[in-house]
Amino acid sequence: MSKTITIDGKTIPFEDGQTIMDAAMTADIYIPHLCHQPEFTPHGSCKLCTVNVNGRNCTACTFPAMDGQEVLSETQELIDDRKKITQMLFVEGNHFCMSCEKTGNCQLQAVAYHLNMLDNHFPLFYPDRKVDASHAEVMIDHNRCIFCTLCVRASQQTDGKNVFALSGRGIHKHLIVNAESGLLKDTDVDVNDQAVHVCPTGAILVKRTGYQVPIGERIYDHQQIDQVALASERPKHGK
Amino acid sequence: MKQFIQGIVENNHQATPLLQMLRQIQSRFHYIPEEAIEQLSGLLNMPRTQIVSVIEFYSFFHLTPRGQYELLISDSITDHMLGKKDLLGYLENKLAVAVGKVRSDGLVSLNNTSCTGMCDQGPAGLVNGYALTHLDHSSIDKIAALINQQKPLSEWPSELFQVDDNIHKSGLLLNQQIEQGAALTAVLKRGIKETLAEIDTSGLRGRGGAGFKTAMKWQFCSEEQQTERYVVCNADEGEPGTFKDRVLLNSYADQVFEGMTVCATIIGAKQGFLYLRGEYLHLHDKLQNILQQRRRNGLLGINILDAGWSFDIEICLGAGAYICGEESALIESLEGKAGIPRNRPPYPVTQGYLGKPTVVNNVETFLAAAGIAVNGGNWFAGIGTEKSKGTKILSISGDCARPGIYEYPFGVTVQTILHDCGADDVLGVQVGGPSGMFISDQEFERKLAFEDLATGGSFIIFNTSRNILDMVHNFTHFFAHESCGFCTPCRVGTSLLQKQMDKIVDGHGSAGDVVVLEELCQLVKNYSHCGLGQTAANPILTTLERYPGLYQSRLKEISYEPGFDLDGALETARRMANRDDAGAHLAQIEVNEHE
Amino acid sequence: MANKIRVATTSLAGCFGCHMSFLDIDERMLQLVEVVEFDRSPLTDIEHCTNCDIGLIEGGVCNSENVHVLREFRNNCKILVAVGACAINGGLPAMRNHIPLEECLSEAYLDGVGVENPQIPNDIELPLLLDQVYPIHEVVKIDYFLPGCPPSADVFWKFLTDLIEGREPSLPYELVHYD
Repeated sequence: MSKTITIDGKTIPFEDGQTIMDAAMTADIYIPHLCHQPEFTPHGSCKLCTVNVNGRNCTACTFPAMDGQEVLSETQELIDDRKKITQMLFVEGNHFCMSCEKTGNCQLQAVAYHLNMLDNHFPLFYPDRKVDASHAEVMIDHNRCIFCTLCVRASQQTDGKNVFALSGRGIHKHLIVNAESGLLKDTDVDVNDQAVHVCPTGAILVKRTGYQVPIGERIYDHQQIDQVALASERPKHGK
Repeated sequence: MKQFIQGIVENNHQATPLLQMLRQIQSRFHYIPEEAIEQLSGLLNMPRTQIVSVIEFYSFFHLTPRGQYELLISDSITDHMLGKKDLLGYLENKLAVAVGKVRSDGLVSLNNTSCTGMCDQGPAGLVNGYALTHLDHSSIDKIAALINQQKPLSEWPSELFQVDDNIHKSGLLLNQQIEQGAALTAVLKRGIKETLAEIDTSGLRGRGGAGFKTAMKWQFCSEEQQTERYVVCNADEGEPGTFKDRVLLNSYADQVFEGMTVCATIIGAKQGFLYLRGEYLHLHDKLQNILQQRRRNGLLGINILDAGWSFDIEICLGAGAYICGEESALIESLEGKAGIPRNRPPYPVTQGYLGKPTVVNNVETFLAAAGIAVNGGNWFAGIGTEKSKGTKILSISGDCARPGIYEYPFGVTVQTILHDCGADDVLGVQVGGPSGMFISDQEFERKLAFEDLATGGSFIIFNTSRNILDMVHNFTHFFAHESCGFCTPCRVGTSLLQKQMDKIVDGHGSAGDVVVLEELCQLVKNYSHCGLGQTAANPILTTLERYPGLYQSRLKEISYEPGFDLDGALETARRMANRDDAGAHLAQIEVNEHE
Repeated sequence: MANKIRVATTSLAGCFGCHMSFLDIDERMLQLVEVVEFDRSPLTDIEHCTNCDIGLIEGGVCNSENVHVLREFRNNCKILVAVGACAINGGLPAMRNHIPLEECLSEAYLDGVGVENPQIPNDIELPLLLDQVYPIHEVVKIDYFLPGCPPSADVFWKFLTDLIEGREPSLPYELVHYD
């Protein structure tokens, strides 16, 4: 007999080695997430995928599925708190969507839309962060980085490089690149690297492509992130 | 420099040496120069990003030069209670350097640092990593003169660096002076399994505060398939108000190492580590000598006691990061990385250091284990309470006549402790450090025990002249400073808590702000990745529960007011426009505005 | 209709784009004015608001005058609404927030390229700039937020009709945009 867990009362099967996120996505159940993509080692830092497992909060993307677990995901409390965690991500950076090329294709924004986030709730930090436009084809706008490490992991795990890393501590956390100058142009990054394309926000952008699709016709303008994520990530959630 | 770094790398025999190498470079050059990063990157075959991220994680490493004399002053609440703020101002004056700056001649720099573990003999500080105690105007005058004369630390008067044990009450553990090797001989005699059974009988639970059963942890580890296993002693005693491990390592180190070796025989480990917080650099050489002596006496190394056991212990120094007291962050740090807590499961007993089964225990736990190995489980289990066996060693500081180390059987009441250490007119006690809880004068009949007041040992006393909100403010800033920044709720949440506390303490809080504060506390507590974030709101939550009126009294009665100083926000513009008319000012709350 | 719902609007540190978008409700405006009358607003010439039901605030708070206007709205409107990105997070004007005000003013009036007769404007009629641009909810209590740069005409319509018809306002997915 195959092993099962329940998510919000719905019984779903899983295979050994799968996380709760793997099992959920395979069963067509969306759990909000930003730092997780199925092709990379789970990180568990954004905390949006927090679910309640047998009374305890865990991150679905890192916590192993175990037979008989009762998982709660879409409770009002979790939904409200996910919204607040998203608001935290908004206030710690400088997220001015109206002037961002990624708007409409941005997962941070899409999760916020999905959670019906209408304000920032918390006081804004307005940190002083830089833009690195040194590279001919790729740019980094540090104002928009949410420290998900997807670019770090993609560079290591897919591209076989070490272009990106997170440095610093606490609220001073920041993205660094592998060059003495600290500039992207002096790294071995290539515009075709997966690391360049995996950013869930507008922090890493490919130059001269931002407005190929007009605002209003972009991914999340008419489609919610749950549907988009299930369609694009589900096939990759093997084990 | 090239030769120096080449030398460090070649002479380093440690398994994962990055942190230790960076310590040496920082100590020599007072920062980590770019050339050093390049060279290390090449020699260690490590991306420079990895090195930079370690440097930028730890408080004691710097990418820009610090003074040849780097002065850090402990920012623990206990230092504040002893007049730290005034001393810092005095230091700034005497040394002609501002806090956070390097003097223009590069000779000296001054800054704050998290609690240095000298709460019983503060105000305290560090000079080039070495502990300074009992700072006052006269010692500062001396220090300033020595610095200006550029005297090497070795020529400074030793009383500046004197660290006392201050043991005021000894019990089961502090009274026993077991002979070197006695515990291991007992294991050899009794048998390994039988010794584990004695530890089980003793009921010993981890002394770091979490209280996991020690025998169970050791057994789990010994049952792992992987045979390469490690013992780690957590001496990263960073919880403000805790200093017992400093004393245990100063005066009972042999027994601590013996306890680690007992653990190694039981779990089958060949290598152990003592992770010593960087603030205890002054203990380093002494501990190395003890290890060396144990090796000479056949108690460490190959074929210990001719029993065929092989085990050795290496000391790794931390570099200023409270989070490394969390066991998985400590392991990351041992591996030469930033101290970011791992995802669990897997737990360290199955995948710890280098992914191998690892036991991590507190200094005091190993000390107790050595005693139990010699005296048997009942010796320990015979005292304490049903659920909390044995004794607990407390670090007592704050408002009392005799701050220092006290050992009590579990179950002792707060009242008894307060009496013993000479505390009068007590407002309340912070038990377990900032991550623990504040108890009020209505709760002094409560008992220290896992089932009532669990504590890693920090016990800070506040008398009625103290302002609780100052304490909460200090603790909240501490957590924001020490958050590793890995997860959103802690990284952003501790900074938001800091802002919200500042707002209330600065008098800009309004009626709704306590609700906002409490909601934020719950969010940080319930969603953070590790113990740091999960407890970072405790100072606020435990005082809010006990003294709601205190918070309310700081709030304006109006329903809302700006969270910042409105008139202050006009200051720059006012100054630049050289204006001071009525229109150049704003009232914080609206008073008779004529529109 | 005897008791029309009174609505006031203003733009603080904003571009009036939100007002323009509001006007994009086009012919629905005729339906709206059946039940709504405008008090202080760029759409009327009323200078101060009195006893309004709804206040719509566009733009963030960048100077002392913004604070006074915002307070007038808060004092006179039962429901105060942050309209658009600038009111909610400071928006484009807030992109100066990471630059110290002293540098901004120096660049603009003292030592920037092309500055002639350098001096900081100091007429007492001029409102002084705040050190940062603040979202309006950091200065007064705000009851509702309508995101968007600008919020679309449909957002205004949905929100106002919800309120007017006594429903708790809510925005469906299609209407929530930050751009």
